[in-house]
Amino acid sequence: MEILKKPRYVREDRCIACGACTEKCPGKFDDGYNADLKTRTAIYVEYPQAVPLKYAINPDACLKLTKDKCGTCQEVCPADAIDYTMTEEKITIDTGSIILAPGFKPFDPSRFDNYQYAKFANVVTSMEFERLLSATGPTMGHVTTFPKLPAKPKKKKDKLLAEKRKDPKKIAWFQCVGSRDVNKCDNPYCSSVCCMYAVKEAIIAKEHAGKDLDCAIFFMDMRTPGKEFEKYYQNAKDKHGINFIRSRVHSVVEDSETGDLHIQYADEMGQIVRETYDMIVLSVGLEISAETRAFAEKFNIDLTESGFAKTGSFEPVTTSRDGIYVSGVFNNPKDIPESVLDASAAASAAGDALAEVRNTLTKEIPAVPETNVTGDRPAIGVFICDCGSNIAGVVDCPNVTEYAATLPYVTVAEETTYACSQDAQDKMVEIIKEKGLNRIVVAACTPKTHEPLFQETLKSAGLNKYLFEMTNIRNHNSWVHKNNPDIATEKAKDLVRMAVAKAGLAQPLKEEKIQVNASVMVVGGGLAGMVAARSLASQGYETHIIEKKDTLGGEALKLWKTAQGEDVQQHLSALIKEVQASDKIVVHTNTTLEGVDGFVGNFVSKLNTDGNTTELEHGIAVLATGAKALETTEYSLGQDDRIIPTLELDRMFKDNDPKLDQVQSALFIQCVGSREPERPYCSRVCCTHSVENAIALKEKNPDMDVFILYRDIRTYGERELLYKKAREKGVIFIRYEVTDKPQVKVEKDHVAVTVKDHVLNQPVTIQADLVTLATALVPRKDERLANFFKVPLNDEGFFVEKHAKLGPAEFATDGVFVAGSGHYPKPVNEAITQGRAAASRALTLLAKKDSLFTSGTIASVDVEKCSACGVCVSICPYNAPAFMTEGRFEGKADVNPVLCKGCGLCVASCRSGAIHLRGFDTNQIFSQIFALGETA
Amino acid sequence: MESKKTGSVVVIGGGISGMLSALDLANSGFYVYLVEKGPSIGGVMAQLDKTFPTNDCAM
Repeated sequence: MEILKKPRYVREDRCIACGACTEKCPGKFDDGYNADLKTRTAIYVEYPQAVPLKYAINPDACLKLTKDKCGTCQEVCPADAIDYTMTEEKITIDTGSIILAPGFKPFDPSRFDNYQYAKFANVVTSMEFERLLSATGPTMGHVTTFPKLPAKPKKKKDKLLAEKRKDPKKIAWFQCVGSRDVNKCDNPYCSSVCCMYAVKEAIIAKEHAGKDLDCAIFFMDMRTPGKEFEKYYQNAKDKHGINFIRSRVHSVVEDSETGDLHIQYADEMGQIVRETYDMIVLSVGLEISAETRAFAEKFNIDLTESGFAKTGSFEPVTTSRDGIYVSGVFNNPKDIPESVLDASAAASAAGDALAEVRNTLTKEIPAVPETNVTGDRPAIGVFICDCGSNIAGVVDCPNVTEYAATLPYVTVAEETTYACSQDAQDKMVEIIKEKGLNRIVVAACTPKTHEPLFQETLKSAGLNKYLFEMTNIRNHNSWVHKNNPDIATEKAKDLVRMAVAKAGLAQPLKEEKIQVNASVMVVGGGLAGMVAARSLASQGYETHIIEKKDTLGGEALKLWKTAQGEDVQQHLSALIKEVQASDKIVVHTNTTLEGVDGFVGNFVSKLNTDGNTTELEHGIAVLATGAKALETTEYSLGQDDRIIPTLELDRMFKDNDPKLDQVQSALFIQCVGSREPERPYCSRVCCTHSVENAIALKEKNPDMDVFILYRDIRTYGERELLYKKAREKGVIFIRYEVTDKPQVKVEKDHVAVTVKDHVLNQPVTIQADLVTLATALVPRKDERLANFFKVPLNDEGFFVEKHAKLGPAEFATDGVFVAGSGHYPKPVNEAITQGRAAASRALTLLAKKDSLFTSGTIASVDVEKCSACGVCVSICPYNAPAFMTEGRFEGKADVNPVLCKGCGLCVASCRSGAIHLRGFDTNQIFSQIFALGETA
Repeated sequence: MESKKTGSVVVIGGGISGMLSALDLANSGFYVYLVEKGPSIGGVMAQLDKTFPTNDCAM
């Protein structure tokens, strides 16, 4: 494929991101990062943490490039990085697979005349509000009215408006702007994320402005069907006092004097209410841009009517064209964790297609042999970084450098403008070699971001990377003491002296290689588990599926159709056959897990198959234990065969049960066991499932009366189209309150269901022949299994993943992954996505087979001093220390280097002083403390 | 027509999902080209103040 590379007009290899150029640049354009609430200079970095942290010039805003009239940036650039002659470049790439992740565009509400976003100063979009809340935003997190005005207005008109600025006391959010709407825009789908982000923005706004801020969210259905979302919503109501108003506001009128906004709406009783708000936030939806649609056309892939990539439930990241995969919002509206799952799933699908050519094009960085410095007298090199003017603007860096040279064991002290720039790094390597340095101290910014970089520099100079000490004379010094340069200079000297004292005692540390057993154990033979196993097997890894039942398939065996209308059994049996036919997959049915020993790369699990115990060695584990429908007697379930759970209706459809032909009046009750104090979560799948089945009943018999009794309809994403279709087909939706649940009475000829109609505000009784209960999905809460792998469960019994946003398919325990409804209820396509994602994450570990190492900074026990008291064993959160079971020191503690995270808890708690943390040894810490006591 | 497969993948879009696809592939033995139309990667997530439901900083 061919890629057009646009010129940056700044040489990336030279730019040191000092910012000198932007201070003087006269060109201006809208700052898209800040939702255009302010302008930025023509030469810019998008935001301070941007990667790569290199400036770029917007050619449309640059005076030099548009009118040939400036050139200031080139004059002031200390690195000679500006190059106005750069041109577009065509790059041709040979590629095996392509992943499309072009994302979305927030909906532009300018064309909505009823909310007058374009005209009224205090009507803002949620994206603008997000920036207003942000500490790095245009108002530094201070929410104020008239946010679109410049901070320091110059025009007379703006100045007058700016005088009206105030801290808002009342803010309203309007949901579904640009979503679930075919009248004002053509976006019939639900954007999936707006309910949650509006709740979040309201909570944070109250955090910033104080409890008195009045926040109201106007919504149609509150859609919080994700993990921990329902609790967040309930807390917003009960704890934070946010008002939720179920109403669609028709229009907004502005008070021309104050800029306040008057609205009128009909409340749930049909009464007209008038209200005035200081600010209105439009919760804009996610939209596929015309640009992305055109781009999809280039790739010749099929799109849905709304412009999302067309994918199937059983291959949820595969487009209509071979070799092209899709991930993120372009593959249906979704939030961050789902985009993250999509990302790994797309990587897995793209990788599976190229399994046989894996590792053919990757490059290795050649390792420089390490110099042995053991026993050598310390020869310390100290590098003092100016960080442009960040440090040198406050601290007298030449003075600190001069001082550093006088400290014990210091061979070289150098000042550098930017220690992190490529040329400074090269020079550092040169000096290390030339002067024979064996310890390095860098006084600069934070080790959190820069220590790995300098450690790489040490490695390329042949030094062990732990012979390094970094001290922060920027964040901890020049930034916080910028009004006291003298004191800052003294503090910099103190910090350097302490770092030198510690570095002098630094020892080269060894990183132990972790052996990774290349086989995988998948617990659970449902959809997610089978998909994970299939992917890992196709990459050549032996995979064992442990299934306690006698067949593969799990809960999916009970499903009729997916939300997209695919036949579940047909696809499922094909998948089961594929798994059974694979020579890399071993299926253990009727098998339970009895115990697990070991750690990442080296697990040994005890399996019990029909009473026979065997051991399985594996490097990786995937937990895909799934969920099941709640068993309940609510609404007389089990007392009459006309009252059935969802899965029984699926069975009737699957078997073409003749009883269905008799049904004249069908009724569904939603949230049976979900969103209640006992189970305060939404089961996510039930709304779509019931709506889909209601449509099928209507299609079977258009004269049938079909009712759905619901609390909020949560057909997120393009599932919303099913909801629309159901209404068009005449399915009647009646909302009920959890405090006033429907009453079910079994009578001879029918089941009578009484519910308070929210429009009539009167109880109505429906005589139904078939009542389907959308029962909650409950996890197969397995505390024993969770204990085996030391992975946590939440209050409801779902597995807790490593990170709610960025680690949704893995656990904090290394080498253990999670997929399927055991993590949270999910429909077929999402279970498969997570199955693939878990496989992809596991593959990154398996692929590192020969390059997986422990950290060097871990605890070790001096057995001579260990009194075998066991405090370290009980205190370690990672189970790293254990008593030795054999050998000369049997009974004493030993720390497993693979499990140790170097936190130091055991070191601090050891009463015998027997445990040492390498790299932070007691003598090093004390040397720093003593050095602090000395004076410069 | 069966041609020889290439062990590289192009990922288009440097937002949260594009970046993570690229990382997973690179860490499992494929050469990855990450293509982004803007001057830096990060996408919309970098613009967000906090993330629900944990209120963690998005950056």
